[in-house]
Amino acid sequence: MSVKLPIYLDYHATTPVDPRVVEAMLPYFTKQFGNAASRNHPFGWEAEEAVENARKQVADLIGANAKEIVFTSGATESDNLAVKGAAEMYREKGNHIITCVTEHKAVIDTCKRLEKEGFRVTYLPVRKDGRISLDDLKAAISDKTILITIMTANNEIGVIQPIAEIGAIAKEKGILFHTDAVQAVGKVPFNVNDLKVDMASISAHKMYGPKGVGALYVRRRNPRVLLAPLIDGGGHERGMRSGTLNVPGIVGFGKAAELCKQEMEFDSKRLSGLRDRLNARLHKGLDEIYINGSMEHRLPHNLNISFAYVEGESLLMGINDVAVSSGSACTSASLEPSYVLKALGAGDDLAHSSIRFGLGRWTTEEEVDYVADKLTTVVTRLREMSPLYELAKEGVDLSTMQWQTEGH
Amino acid sequence: MAYSNKVIDHYENPRNVGSLPKEDPNVGTGLVGAPECGDVMKLQVKVNPSTGVIDDAKFKTFGCGSAIASSSLATEWLKGKTVEQALAIKNTDIVTELSLPPVKIHCSVLAEDAIKAAIADYKKKQGTSAEKGADTHDQPTA
Repeated sequence: MSVKLPIYLDYHATTPVDPRVVEAMLPYFTKQFGNAASRNHPFGWEAEEAVENARKQVADLIGANAKEIVFTSGATESDNLAVKGAAEMYREKGNHIITCVTEHKAVIDTCKRLEKEGFRVTYLPVRKDGRISLDDLKAAISDKTILITIMTANNEIGVIQPIAEIGAIAKEKGILFHTDAVQAVGKVPFNVNDLKVDMASISAHKMYGPKGVGALYVRRRNPRVLLAPLIDGGGHERGMRSGTLNVPGIVGFGKAAELCKQEMEFDSKRLSGLRDRLNARLHKGLDEIYINGSMEHRLPHNLNISFAYVEGESLLMGINDVAVSSGSACTSASLEPSYVLKALGAGDDLAHSSIRFGLGRWTTEEEVDYVADKLTTVVTRLREMSPLYELAKEGVDLSTMQWQTEGH
Repeated sequence: MAYSNKVIDHYENPRNVGSLPKEDPNVGTGLVGAPECGDVMKLQVKVNPSTGVIDDAKFKTFGCGSAIASSSLATEWLKGKTVEQALAIKNTDIVTELSLPPVKIHCSVLAEDAIKAAIADYKKKQGTSAEKGADTHDQPTA
């Protein structure tokens, strides 16, 4: 059986919309096109009903009450609303926020902006396995700490943080706990009450829903979380997010959440099997390849591997019929290698050599085998032209070599 | 990222990949860049001592497609040139030939550095580094 090219293995970046989701959305573009805020005619009522149904579907996926779901334009907005909204609302209580060095930029850059406004931010380091230390977290907490924001699963290495433990610590100290749960929700069990999460950011397009719609879970009881809005206007979404609701997008988000809830167990089992198959096949064909981050605490559909002595962008060029991401500087807009991989302390050279694989609902065994075999061929070819591989084979310790970096 | 056809051609069919004996007095080796920067180039020239002409050139590169293409092109250009002609190769020539975009100019700079380092190593071995060469060519670095 031949595979259809190109192969998409970049499901952490985005996912295709499930056809069942598209079908659910379609009527809301043309027939039931009303504004959910129109209170005095059936067009508005239909739209509002559809939004409330979706709100319940999203809430059900994470064990929340529908009233605790605030729809946004996506997870970047949700992260901004959670962190800036809580910072502004609880400023009188304290000015300290705790986050982590491997957070998504939507959280890190938001924290950096708050630092300019007088907030103090602690960026917790991660251990080699990509997880924070709970002792570090406890040590960072002060009586000025108002918010802890730690992602559930990392978007590059798929490592899952000890969210329940962090939630328990935050609860005990009376500190709000926000988590960017974008990569985890819909893929692994996530329950806001079990995990003692006060706020959680979610995105539709990472779980087979449409782009441009997301949500922030905001706890209403024990404690009741209040947020200063980022966007002022008509007072939609309990005043926390004004702006006409994206009804078709929200309907799609709801349907996507419902499908994830139904299929999570099946999908995650199937995908972890394929992921392990990919990993085993790569290890069979190649030596000196290193998995970045914990395998134990990891999303079932993620694999992040460094192929020593080979640069990531040249690797991507060699597998141009496969869509994956690299932590190489050459593939990033900032021309810096992945800050997430650097934070693991594995050395910048391994960050340059990394590939992130994200498997998803339509990934097949044939695709995984094709990718593993192709990568094996390309890595072998590139190593034959790598001076680093040659030096290593000669027994030179690359880490103690003097490199000429001047003028470069 | 869109690559020029020439970059793709050099990436897919790199010229002169390999190594020359480092200890040979007629071989000059240049190793430039650093793994943590994402590119390392090893470029070697073998010079005919009686004519001063580069008979052979080889490279190995750890780096992106443009870095591989820049060093592959450099070896192609080096063959048949005298040591002095080789020193006249400028990174901008490589940029033009490969249509490198601005973010990839450093790859061409590294290739020029590699050429210079290889020839400096050859001259050092020959004990001629203090003589002719350095005075007649002044080399902009970028």
